[in-house]
Amino acid sequence: MTLLEVESLSVNYGHIEAIRDISFSVEQGTITTLIGANGAGKTTTLKTISGLRTVRAGRIVFDGRDITRARPDERVRMGLTQSPEGRRCFPGMTVMENLDMGALLRTDRRTGGVAQDVERVFTLFPRLKERSGQYAGTMSGGEQQMLAIGRALMARPKLVLLDEPSMGLAPKLIRQIFSIIDEIKDQGTTVLLVEQNANQALKRSDVAHVLETGEIVRSGTGPELAVDPAVKAAYLGGDV
Amino acid sequence: MDFSFLFSNFFELSITGLVLGSVYALVALGYTLVYGVLQLINFAHADVFMWGTFVVAWVFILTGASGSTTLLGAAPYLLIALVAAASASGGLAMLVERIAYRRLVRKRALSYIILISAIGASFVLSETMGIRDKVVALIDGIINAVVGLFGGHIDIVGWLSDYTSRARGVTTLPLTIKPQVVFSAGNFSVRDTDLTIILAALIMMIGLDQFIRRTRLGREIRAVAQDPEAAALMGSNSTSVVSKTFLIGGIMAGVAAVLYQIKVGATTFDLGVVLGIKAFTAAVLGGIGNLRGALLGGLLLGVVENYGSALFGTQWKDVVAFLLLVLILLVRPTGLLGQTLGRARA
Repeated sequence: MTLLEVESLSVNYGHIEAIRDISFSVEQGTITTLIGANGAGKTTTLKTISGLRTVRAGRIVFDGRDITRARPDERVRMGLTQSPEGRRCFPGMTVMENLDMGALLRTDRRTGGVAQDVERVFTLFPRLKERSGQYAGTMSGGEQQMLAIGRALMARPKLVLLDEPSMGLAPKLIRQIFSIIDEIKDQGTTVLLVEQNANQALKRSDVAHVLETGEIVRSGTGPELAVDPAVKAAYLGGDV
Repeated sequence: MDFSFLFSNFFELSITGLVLGSVYALVALGYTLVYGVLQLINFAHADVFMWGTFVVAWVFILTGASGSTTLLGAAPYLLIALVAAASASGGLAMLVERIAYRRLVRKRALSYIILISAIGASFVLSETMGIRDKVVALIDGIINAVVGLFGGHIDIVGWLSDYTSRARGVTTLPLTIKPQVVFSAGNFSVRDTDLTIILAALIMMIGLDQFIRRTRLGREIRAVAQDPEAAALMGSNSTSVVSKTFLIGGIMAGVAAVLYQIKVGATTFDLGVVLGIKAFTAAVLGGIGNLRGALLGGLLLGVVENYGSALFGTQWKDVVAFLLLVLILLVRPTGLLGQTLGRARA
């Protein structure tokens, strides 16, 4: 079943065309990846899917509903969340408060559903449990990344968008983050991943698309693209 | 300079300074809250406070309060006035946001453009109060032009004359609240009104601090202040959060208006000018965007101002206040607790 359908999407950033007529879909239960160089339009794509950017042309359909003009909070309520580029944890809030913000629209606080999901996040990232009372602004980049992903899961999303979860992390941590992305998928949450760290990402992706200056130039399964000579030359050079 | 007067009346001066400072602090909270979520100085905020002081006076007129009584005797009137002023100021603050700011913020207007709109909103609020007799006469004229067609007449001007008289002059409370000394030692005495004002302001402050710290809406306000885009990704509707922030600031101004009236018992349409500058100074002094800073800045400003006028004479009061601001900003450009509401761990 198709969970997310992006149809002929174009988005402007000021007067510049950031994305030009891109189309792709995300099947339920998969990891779909967008790879591409800096400025290719990956982050703009995710921001537009979350409702932070205005669509110039095209359509976004999520879970059978047209959300092209929906407000960001309406999209979260429908089960679409994001861990943004640069983590964007709330620096003046503790780990617990950040997770609680992720559960902002949940209505099952009383019945313990939220507490249960905090435990689920702590199982995925035991490190966060140790730091639960610490202010996010004082944590390391890796810890903040874990928090950003955990926070995005707190709304019990059907689809979670992960923007560059490996950015700026040590190789060991990157491997850890990717294995957790696998686990998130195994627990039933569909993942749309944006990565510059193409090698690791492609290995795990069911479907992948290559973005170049705002357009999709290549699509295939992850393993296919991982061995594609053109992709290899452009994106897999000095990767981990 | 009269040092002996300052020393012999030190406690007395401190208490009266804290009373004034409590009002500054409560109004300063409104500036700081809105600055936190919008990075905007809401110049109309002091006029929202001014409207609150008039609502208090109108409640006293409407309920027929007159003569003179103790604080306890005035308590029923004050409680009604508290509800009315807090609702009116809260509602008015939301209206200002809706009309003067929302569209500009949504269109990402440059900050000085929004600032001009803020100054405009301030003038509209104060001048509407200043010509309220003429506003009522205008409404009277329009309505009677219609009613007159059917041969009737409604005397709106007459009905409201108690509320509109001397529109550009001083409106005093029809009921005088006589302070009672509850405690005294030597030449130092504490009055029940002063104590009530300081305590009420402190309770409001602590309440707000806990609200921002512990409740869901409080956390959401902090999230929007720290990172509006990330807050949107959590499902926060920033328009509604901003509107509620104005409501909270307005309610605080309404409470401040009641406390001000307990102490002063009179108000004018241009009260917001001086008080607004003082409260804004208090907010900057404490570190704009920081709730506890607003409290500290307000109380400090009130007290220092009072010492200053005792020492140099009352005409030096404002000089001392602003000298304090300049000196503190020279040493700490971000104010005493200089961090934004966003970074604040409260």
